[in-house]
Amino acid sequence: MKLGVVVFPGSNCDHDAYYASKINAGIDTIYLWHKDNSIPRDINCIILPGGFSYGDYLRCGSIARFSPIMKDVVNFANKGGYVIGICNGFQILTEAELLPGTLLRNESINFKCKDVYLKVINNSNAWTSLLNIGDVLKIPIAHGEGNYFIDEDGLKQLEDNNQIVFKYCDANSNVTKLANPNGSLNNIAGIINKKGNILGMMPHPERYSDDTLGCRDGLWIFKSIKNFFS
Amino acid sequence: MKKFLAKITITLRKGILDVQGKAVENALHQIGFQQIENVRIGKYVELLTEAENKELAYNSVDEACRKLIANPIIEDYIIEIIEN
Repeated sequence: MKLGVVVFPGSNCDHDAYYASKINAGIDTIYLWHKDNSIPRDINCIILPGGFSYGDYLRCGSIARFSPIMKDVVNFANKGGYVIGICNGFQILTEAELLPGTLLRNESINFKCKDVYLKVINNSNAWTSLLNIGDVLKIPIAHGEGNYFIDEDGLKQLEDNNQIVFKYCDANSNVTKLANPNGSLNNIAGIINKKGNILGMMPHPERYSDDTLGCRDGLWIFKSIKNFFS
Repeated sequence: MKKFLAKITITLRKGILDVQGKAVENALHQIGFQQIENVRIGKYVELLTEAENKELAYNSVDEACRKLIANPIIEDYIIEIIEN
């Protein structure tokens, strides 16, 4: 398996994602430049990392979505290629319409930077294949626009197709309003597309993948995708 | 071809909580403007475009709004076209 981390102008979690994938998970990993027109053929997984791509001008992710490499990322994803968007990467995926819904300003208006707990809702996809339903992961968030929103019909589809992968919860896996850091609809923290090859999540698994950082819960996601490909 | 000025006003759709608007409304109430309610904060975009006529100018700006300038999932927009 070979993984590519896309570097946009303003990405600031690209190095963390690269480190977690290559050093912590032992995946063959390279950087992909936003100005490239195509993805190398031997790549089978792509990370759209966190940050403030193109300054988050207009709306988060709205400009990055039209950067040269994104045309091929969309092709790759539509053909079943595996793509994970983390934080700003999730925002880019919704702007590119690879994932439904959108991310609104946090309900509190404040930028939230803290550890949260995620409850695994779905493990029948490549990204959480090594986890069990109900497992709780401690993962940090750092965002101002992470308040997931989708209309009623869209939410029903997400639920009917089992597309919700993570929900914000407390340390004891209770999905409560108090455990919701940004006002996300139904505490949604991460979703997949219908096929399950595209994951978008606001929390940062790459920031909790190394012992030095005090927690390795995020590594499960990198290990899961590696396990899926082996 | 003629030049047109487009004035685009973008607002959050009704029913979507406008947290910025709410914060400003609360602040307004605190400084004595109790009569003010329903504060909604949006964006204003101005651009110049070329087209054969006003209708075609509107259509192309409308497409630009759908593709990039607005997010139709959460935002409404109004376009005003003025011959420059």
